[in-house]
Amino acid sequence: MRVAIVDYGMGNLFSVRLACEHAGIQPIVTAEADVMEEADALILPGVGAFGDAIKNLRERDLVSPIKDFIEAGKPFMGICLGMQLLLSESEEFGHHEGLDIIKGSVVKLRAKGICKKGTKVPQVGWNRISLPSSSTEDFWQGTLLDGLTDGEFMYFVHSYYSIPANEKTVLCTTIYGDVTFASGIIYKNINAFQFHPEKSGERGLRIYINLKKQIERVRDGAT
Amino acid sequence: MSKNIRIIPRLDIKGPNLVKGIHLEGLRVLGKPEQFARYYYEAGADELIYMDVVASLYNRNSLHDIIERTAREVFIPLTVGGGLRTIEDIRDVLRAGADKVSLNTAAIKNPAIIREASKIFGSSTILVSIEAVRQSNGMYLAYTDNGREHTGVEVCSWAKQVEKLGAGEIVLTSIDKEGTGEGYDTELVRMVAEAVSIPVIACGGAGRVEHVAKVIEEGRADAVAVASVLHYHLVKNYKMDFEVRGEGNIEFLKSGRDFSKIVSADLKAIKEHLNSRGIGCCAAWR
Repeated sequence: MRVAIVDYGMGNLFSVRLACEHAGIQPIVTAEADVMEEADALILPGVGAFGDAIKNLRERDLVSPIKDFIEAGKPFMGICLGMQLLLSESEEFGHHEGLDIIKGSVVKLRAKGICKKGTKVPQVGWNRISLPSSSTEDFWQGTLLDGLTDGEFMYFVHSYYSIPANEKTVLCTTIYGDVTFASGIIYKNINAFQFHPEKSGERGLRIYINLKKQIERVRDGAT
Repeated sequence: MSKNIRIIPRLDIKGPNLVKGIHLEGLRVLGKPEQFARYYYEAGADELIYMDVVASLYNRNSLHDIIERTAREVFIPLTVGGGLRTIEDIRDVLRAGADKVSLNTAAIKNPAIIREASKIFGSSTILVSIEAVRQSNGMYLAYTDNGREHTGVEVCSWAKQVEKLGAGEIVLTSIDKEGTGEGYDTELVRMVAEAVSIPVIACGGAGRVEHVAKVIEEGRADAVAVASVLHYHLVKNYKMDFEVRGEGNIEFLKSGRDFSKIVSADLKAIKEHLNSRGIGCCAAWR
């Protein structure tokens, strides 16, 4: 069982690798299209600026391999910037087009009510993920959040957040100051998170274990 | 809902050992850092800080080994600081498994390294450590080398400058309070926390849980680093087989004597105290 971690020069992929190993998945950090294609699952991580990230993906010819992989229906996980990149556009330092796999935009976190001065951005630290208000209790069943309880704490570091156009793609929500945002997205075979599961303790590692189960399910279904 | 305050055990490391500097007294050896780290992870720490206190430029191998072993068992953010001078140094500790680094001397000598490092590794990866010493006229100046070297830089303007250069957070240590157990310098923390938008981690001086609450309520700290209060709790209450290697003052460990100014507590007690005062924090025990 192999999961490819896309290496496009944005941030430290080491902890993602360790979390995969911990869950019993063999990780391969790669920028090679054929290695990605052969993998059982793909993880798009990322820390840094949206514009640089998209530029790097284009320069390294990684846009179509990512889109092809998602098209193939195998499990795909986006983390942090790797979630934001899936959307149509971002307002980070100007305007940038995203991968446009999920309709929507990425906007600056302008939370109020965090401290007297008004804002503390980036959000750095632990915060709760909750079931979207319109969803039923079993909404996370079968997703990468399977088995986690409503209101679980996860570790966040971000200055921007995603607004998916279709509310039904919101997997979980988080409140920071006066802003409620989509901290997780689900769309077809894509699960994507604004927080860092690999830095969120045992509850976060559960997401990697769920990824392993998802790979097994897809595999067993295919054979 | 307001934000959740992070409680961060700070582990000072010398060679292979966890040490604790006592004001005007020197370093005490407490045990093996990875053992303490693992325990704090399981007990609900929000992050961890490893500080190489001697910052030796040679023989950094033991630090790298400690980081690597820790990263394999501890799945919360790990910040490493002490003696990082170049982009290559930063890359090395990140490769060993650190999630963030904290710069001090290198940043003061060459502020441009903050911009360069945050561009390469992302702002959230680059922390700047500010060691503040209060002057007789009430002004705070930044020092380096654990308060030994005077820089002449005023703390607040330096904090604003590092934010501008792209630092993701500030680790703010009061050298006057560090190792005293008398409480944080809330005045200093508040001054800096209100001057910048990036998170400020208050460091140095905690002797009891009430000090932690105070630096959040009065000092407006975004995160709080705690050392002695947690370490002594562990040394006192768990007969862990602390393997101590290399040089260092281990008389303290052997003597089992009490720690006069420190009322030790575990992470749960700290967080419960914060919750009881209406301070938000991640109250999940792993």
